[in-house]
Amino acid sequence: MDRGLSLKEVEIFKSGYRLLGCDQEIAPGEVLTVMGPSGVGKSTLLSFIIGTLGSDFDAKGEVWLDGRNITQTPPRERRVGILFQEDLLFAHLSVAQNLAFGLTSKVKTRKDRKERITQALSEIGLEGFANRDPATLSGGQKARVSLMRMLLSEPCALLLDEPFSRLDAALRAQMRSLVFDTARARALPVVMVTHDKEDAKAAGGALMEIVPT
Amino acid sequence: MYPLRWMPRLTLLAMLGPVVAGLLGALAPAFGWMPAIGAQRLGFQAFESVLNWPGFATATRLSLTTGLLSTGISLGIVALIVAGWNGTRAFEALRRLLSPLLSIPHAAAAFGLAFLIMPSGWILRLLSPWATGFERPPDWLVVQDPWGLALVAGLVVKEVPFLLLMTLAALPQTQESKARAVSAALGYSKIRGWLITVFPQIYDQIRLPVYVVLAYAMTVVDVALILGPTTPSTLSVQILKWIGQPDLSFRLWAAAGGIIQLLLVIGALGVWRLGEIALGRWARRQVVQGHRGRFDKTLQVAGLTLGAFIAGAVLFGLLSLALWSVAGLWRFPDLLPDALTWRTWQRHGGNLTELFARTSFIAGTSAALALALSLACLEAEARFGMKNATRTLWLLYVPLLVPQTVFLPGLQTGMIAAGVVGGTGAVILAHLVFVLPYVFLSLSDPFRALDPRYAVIAQALGKGENAVFWRLRVPLLLTPILTAFAVGFAVSVGQYLATLLPGAGRVSTLTTEALALASGGDRRAIGAFGLMQTFAPIVPFVFAVFVPRLIYRNRRGLLNG
Repeated sequence: MDRGLSLKEVEIFKSGYRLLGCDQEIAPGEVLTVMGPSGVGKSTLLSFIIGTLGSDFDAKGEVWLDGRNITQTPPRERRVGILFQEDLLFAHLSVAQNLAFGLTSKVKTRKDRKERITQALSEIGLEGFANRDPATLSGGQKARVSLMRMLLSEPCALLLDEPFSRLDAALRAQMRSLVFDTARARALPVVMVTHDKEDAKAAGGALMEIVPT
Repeated sequence: MYPLRWMPRLTLLAMLGPVVAGLLGALAPAFGWMPAIGAQRLGFQAFESVLNWPGFATATRLSLTTGLLSTGISLGIVALIVAGWNGTRAFEALRRLLSPLLSIPHAAAAFGLAFLIMPSGWILRLLSPWATGFERPPDWLVVQDPWGLALVAGLVVKEVPFLLLMTLAALPQTQESKARAVSAALGYSKIRGWLITVFPQIYDQIRLPVYVVLAYAMTVVDVALILGPTTPSTLSVQILKWIGQPDLSFRLWAAAGGIIQLLLVIGALGVWRLGEIALGRWARRQVVQGHRGRFDKTLQVAGLTLGAFIAGAVLFGLLSLALWSVAGLWRFPDLLPDALTWRTWQRHGGNLTELFARTSFIAGTSAALALALSLACLEAEARFGMKNATRTLWLLYVPLLVPQTVFLPGLQTGMIAAGVVGGTGAVILAHLVFVLPYVFLSLSDPFRALDPRYAVIAQALGKGENAVFWRLRVPLLLTPILTAFAVGFAVSVGQYLATLLPGAGRVSTLTTEALALASGGDRRAIGAFGLMQTFAPIVPFVFAVFVPRLIYRNRRGLLNG
């Protein structure tokens, strides 16, 4: 069993012309940073890994995660988590319900699930926030709930789509270390798309630049 | 999973199937083929009969003039209101007054208007006898005037709210505030600047709704029965009269008349299109002249006054319906009745309750079907990336552009030929043809505007597409979904011909019964029926406003955005 995420000879085409190519191995706890100007298809690579590539794209190559070839696996069975620039909390659910939406179904009984969520809330410093309306949280609080919601689904890899660009400078540093420390602690391979050099420096892993063709 | 892929096709079939079947069902009898009544001689006899009917020229002219006039006036008023006032408090107030008018059935608004403007109506009562000297209502033909001006007014009061809503929906796609700022900085008047810079972009987007208004206005039956001229009436009303003749051979006349009306609508749309081009050319030449515009204040005041006038006409019309329904003795020129009584409501109460229930059942069922089909189409579009949105958009307007007076009688003929007896089911399916486009149009924008990354997140969290639909899309779109249902409900409640013909006259609703009263002149009964007809569609709209507020009272993100 090969642990980690590997992108084997991946090539993505849009209406016949080649957008990008990528051949990388990301070990558990390591970060691959993908940089490049906007519009070159950085996020398209993430869509390919997660399995939601639009029908106007074609792709070659394979995605392997912890020894499984997941290239043809439906998105919901891939166990690849993703964080976007926006928190994308579900506005109709409370904070606890948002977390419960993410919490893996392996935790079965109502009591265990409730306990796990209470524990998760205290891990991100939001004790007592269970019944709050997500719209009433601060930007940093939302970002933490969003991260925890994803972690509760017990992903085997983590994708980050410019995740810190909307936060102000102080919060950004804080969230960066939270995300990278968590990834390292859980031994998750990470692919991060960004155009912020500071992000790349903080991540400390391999760097891949996509240039417009 | 797979059935979902077929939903767009099923939806198109539900919407266009009856139209196509009805058109075919109208073509055969128009050319003399209707074995059910023993007509088996193909030829142009029916067309000749219609063309030789003495009222033909007048009826045709009336259909054309009332249609073109009401559409032009409505569009002009909407342009004046938005050009002169958008962004102001007065505009907000006017918009709030006008948009609820959209849900009021055409017939109820027409009855209300009639109650205001007829010689014994509220306006003359207000002025008599002190200003006019009238002790008895004058012998004027104000309602059902031979030029169809009352009919035009009745159409304008309902089409202005519709076009205003369409314009407001199109505004965000233009850079209105910047265009306003630039043209003002260059010294252009508010209205002229807007008409030059913003209106062309708006018109490009609301062209189809404008065509719908024109086609509708030329072929409307219920409003024309209430406010339109009688001898002769408009062509659409005459077609209905032919259908109602005991001598079934008039069915051939009706079918031929319907085909002529279809050609007339196509011709009028062509004339309108040429008018667009000509007006565009003229306007471009004007722009080069660089006139900055005059009479700005006058035009602004005119726009606001007309808008307020329309809102007032409908609201006071409804008020006079309400008053007549509880009026005891009410002599001219008294402004108010001598006494108030529940007698009218008591007399019709049982019947009204039954009609209200049946109307609501038909409207609820057709709106629910339309909602289910629309959601399935949009979900299929989201799941499978079916990108045929632009092509189908045009098709959505087909049932609204083909005159009802052609395909509904044709559909009825086809049903008779197929041995299907008219009933509630047939009425619901016929309503669906008109309800579907409005429900889909109302739902599609909010549905497509929902951030697709919600679905990506949910899938990454291990949830399937069904969970995305039921646990995210539906709850997040609760308000637009309930609103679309309410829109569909209102459209169904207002249907007259689509109830009368597929129901073979045996399915009565508030609308068919209210129209049956039109020729009788029992104002108290008309008041009660018109009021109930207005009340029916309001209920779902109230739900659409308050249910989300109740469920999401602690969810700021859903109530404000």
